[in-house]
Formats: sequence, structure tokens, C-alpha cells
Amino acid sequence: MADVKKIATRESYGNALVEVGRDYPNLVVLDADLAGATKTSTFKKEFPDRHIDCGIAECNMVGIAAGLSTTGKIPFVSSFAMFAAGRAFEQVRNSVGYPHLNVKIGATHAGITVGEDGASHQCNEDLALMRTIPGMVVMCPSDDVEAKAAVRAAVEHEGPVYLRFGRSAVPVINDRPEYSFKIGKGEVLREGTDVTIVATGICVATALEAAEKLAADGVNAEVINICTIKPLDEELIIASAKKTGKVVTAEEHSVIGGLGSAVCDALCKSAPTPVCKIGMQDVFGESGSASALVQKYGLDGEGIYKQVKEFL
Amino acid sequence: MTNLELAKAANRVRKGIVSSVHSAKAGHPGGSLSAADIYTFLYFEEMNVDPKNPKDPDRDRFVLSKGHTAPGYYSTLANRGFFPVEDLLTLRKLGSYLQGHPDMKHIPGVDMSSGSLGQGISAAVGMALAGKMDKKDYRVYTLLGDGEIQEGQVWEASMFAGARNLDNLCVIVDNNGLQIDGRIEDVCSPYPIDQKFEAFNFHVMNVNAHDFDELRAAFTEARAQKGKPTAIIAHSVKGKGVSFMENNAGWHGKAPNDEEYAVAMADLDKIDAELEKAGEA
Repeated sequence: MADVKKIATRESYGNALVEVGRDYPNLVVLDADLAGATKTSTFKKEFPDRHIDCGIAECNMVGIAAGLSTTGKIPFVSSFAMFAAGRAFEQVRNSVGYPHLNVKIGATHAGITVGEDGASHQCNEDLALMRTIPGMVVMCPSDDVEAKAAVRAAVEHEGPVYLRFGRSAVPVINDRPEYSFKIGKGEVLREGTDVTIVATGICVATALEAAEKLAADGVNAEVINICTIKPLDEELIIASAKKTGKVVTAEEHSVIGGLGSAVCDALCKSAPTPVCKIGMQDVFGESGSASALVQKYGLDGEGIYKQVKEFL
Repeated sequence: MTNLELAKAANRVRKGIVSSVHSAKAGHPGGSLSAADIYTFLYFEEMNVDPKNPKDPDRDRFVLSKGHTAPGYYSTLANRGFFPVEDLLTLRKLGSYLQGHPDMKHIPGVDMSSGSLGQGISAAVGMALAGKMDKKDYRVYTLLGDGEIQEGQVWEASMFAGARNLDNLCVIVDNNGLQIDGRIEDVCSPYPIDQKFEAFNFHVMNVNAHDFDELRAAFTEARAQKGKPTAIIAHSVKGKGVSFMENNAGWHGKAPNDEEYAVAMADLDKIDAELEKAGEA
């Protein structure tokens, strides 16, 4: 994919904040001493008076955002996923989720593509945590186009939203004129009949790669991009599962509680289907380059291809 | 209001606390009673609020960071006219809007949901920050327990408020000296409380939480403060007003039975009678 444009979704996030921030003067951004890394510094440059650095105190930052939102502001809270969803989980649950406040959590550096920092900073649990909070919208964009669209959709949505972004550059796969985004809508990127691969985040691009390899073996895989983990596009997934009879989920997240679990939750109700969950298999990550880690943990095109073959 | 009128209102608030917790057969009377005079002063004298327009964007805000003392908060709001006093007897019951801890989605006058200790003050800081950003002159008050300040988030929020010079923020610590497991200095001492807030760039005052002259002076001084948030360390008696609950950690989170309820109400009736007599004198 050497000729494909690549951009990290955290970059997209920073750029989108500026764009949407122009349209919404009540949009404010909070960070916890990571503005350079989360890319909220892009927003800070444009709107210094609307960027609040809270220092290294994520729990307080979430509470401040809750307070700001009660006055009509639309706060975006930013930190690494580990701290935004992990450390501040209870603040998100009680100060934002329970009162259903209009706070958006822009969490960057999610998953193992954090890379060299290692397991302490590689959050593979955030989707699971955020999914459990009633009323929380959970989104995990796959590329630059989707990340920007998700930020705008989050602002237009009244209520708490969790947005998951990555550190490493990923291919732009949604850059086409007919592209449109709606919270809760999944998209079939490749039609197939033999197996359904439901993917989110960085795994959407690698699932498409895997589908190409499968096609060479005569396996016709359907690939569904799920950006919104919650509310999940159950209808789309169930229809595809009924068609193919086999489902694979692929995510840069623990196989416990994330996309894989959400898909199983949907299928077990009305379309029980064998499901193979690709993701972090109940293990912590480790230091290494993002690409080496993605390969080691089977989230690249080759890894997904092999696991699908094994499953079939 | 005169001090006598405030004292009468506070006694009504206390009766509401005892009645609602008795009716609920659960709840937190000790810290509600210790803060009853503070609640009363805030809602009947200090704060710019209108029960008919509880969401007025220019109103003063209050966040009950020590959310478990909701019975005191609810009783104050009800007595101030935000909702019917009779509803206090539905406290904690299935289907009631008066949840065990403050719920801003359903209770008129509640500016922030709270209950998980340490979180309310951060929300109050956010409201104060918004006031500064929007150049509004409303003030934000938040009431904390002295046990609550063992939570680290309280100091994250204080550091931010002090660093940002949020002089529209007034933190009140209900220093009744007792938490569930006993005396705060025996459990994990937060003392000296005043010096800790001073170190975080707060203007700090120590007051008697049951003396309306002292409360009036402190809140007036807080309003005049420029460039610093205020912390009022309010020295109080846990269970204040009910003889057998005073200074007893056992009444932190326990409801009186029918007999105890009768004694408690008799104690408060006696205070009423004394206040009536003082009024005639």
C-alpha cells in the first residue's frame, strides 16, 4: 500500500477540532499535558482561549469538563485512552455518563500501535469500559476521513461520546465522493458470501487486505466497517451473518468486551452464528514498533487472513 | 433574613432531614445535620437562585460534593420552594425523583449529580471556569466533607482552581471531624485543612458552621476576594440539633427507628420553641 496516503487518526482529530471549532464557538478542548501528542495543540494554536490544559490530572479534567458542559459548552476531553477511559473511568461513569452530560472524550494512543511505550500505555480495554456506560456513544474511526466525520457527528449529537484515535499513521480508505457518516451506521466495504469480517479502527484496512488474499484462495469475504461500537448497527451485521453463516471480528483491542463481544451480543439474540474474535487474546502488549506489534499479534492483513482461514 | 429567621429555617431543614431519613429507613443524617446551617445560609441568604427559574443561566451554582448528605440538600431545596416539602418523605423510595444521591436530571434546583466523593469539586471548578470564560458574574459554591478531602481528586481540583485564580469559586469544608470509620484524624488525618488549601493558593477562613454571623462575614469576605478562590473551613457538630446523634460517627449513615425519630423530632420541637421565645423577647 505504498502509494496510499497515510495519516494517524490523532492528527485527523486535531485538524477536525479546528474545523468544527470554527462552526461551534462553544466547543472547548481540555488536555492533560499531552496536547502535542493528542494533537489538541493544533486547536490550541487556532483557539488559545478555548484550550484548557489541566495538567497531569485526568480525573479532575473529566470533572471540569462535566461542569463546563452544564453551562452549555461542548467540551472535548483529551488524553491517552489508557488515562481517559482507564484512569478516569469512574469520573466518566459518574460525572459524565450518569447525568448524561454533553462531554466528548477524544482518546488517542489507543491499542498496541502506541508501540515503543509498551503495555503500560497500550490501552486494549477502553472500548469494553466505555460500552458499559448507559447512554455513551462509542466510536472507533478507521481513517482520516472517518475520524473527521466522527468528530463532527459527535458535536452534533447531544450527550456523551467516546472517540478512539490511534498514534500511528493508517491508510486513508474512505476517501470517495459518495462517503457519508452517521452515528450507528456500519458500512459494507466489500461484498462477499463465504464469511463476514466485521472490523473497526486500524483493522478495517487490514481486513480489506485479508479479504484480497482470501479472494486469491477462492474465499469470498464480506468486509463491514463498524466505526460506531455503540449503538451497534445490529441490523447490518445480522443480515450479513445470515447470508455468510460465519463471522470474524477484528479489532486492536481485547477480544473481551470490545467489538467482538458487541457483535456476539447482537448475534446471539436473533442469528446465532459461529464467531471468531481477532484481537488481543487476553494478553498485555509490549514494546516494539507499531508495525512489528500489529504483525506479532495478528492484526495485519496476513494475520487476519491466516486466522480467517483457520476458522473456516 | 435575620439570624432568627435563618435559625428557624435551618430547624425546618433539620426536621426535613430527620423525617425523610426516617421515612426512607436509610440515608445520612449526621453530615446532613452538621451542614444544615450552611445549606440554609447559602439558599436563603447567600446565593442568587430562583426556585421558579432553577436553570437561569446567570444563577449562582451549588455542587454538593459530599453527595451522601443529600437529605440536607433536598430539605433545603424543598423548604426554599424548589419542590414540595411533602415529597421529602419519598426519599430513596422506588419511583421517587429524590434519589439516594443528588440527580440533576430529575431534581429541580440540583446543578450537578454527585455522590462519588471527590468528583463534585471538579465539576464546580468547571462551572467557575465557564463563568470566567464567558465573563459572567455568577458564583459557584461547593460543599465537601472533611473525610471527603482524603480523595486525591479534591487536590487536583484545588490545584487547578488556585492556579487559575478562580475567585468566583467558594469551597466549603464541613469539618465535623467524623467519618464512617471514626475520627478523621484517627482514620487518615487531613489536618491541617486550612494550611493545605492555603498552599493551593486559596483564601482560607475558619468559621463556626452553626453561627450565622460568622457564616455571613465569611461569605461576604469570599465575595470580595480577587484573584484567589476561597475555602471556608466550617467547624461543625455532626448530627447537630438531635441530642443522641451529636458527635456520634454511628449516625453517619443510619436512619432513626420510630422511637428515635420521636426523640429527634422532640429535640427539634424544643429548638423551635426556644426560637419562638427568642423572637418574642
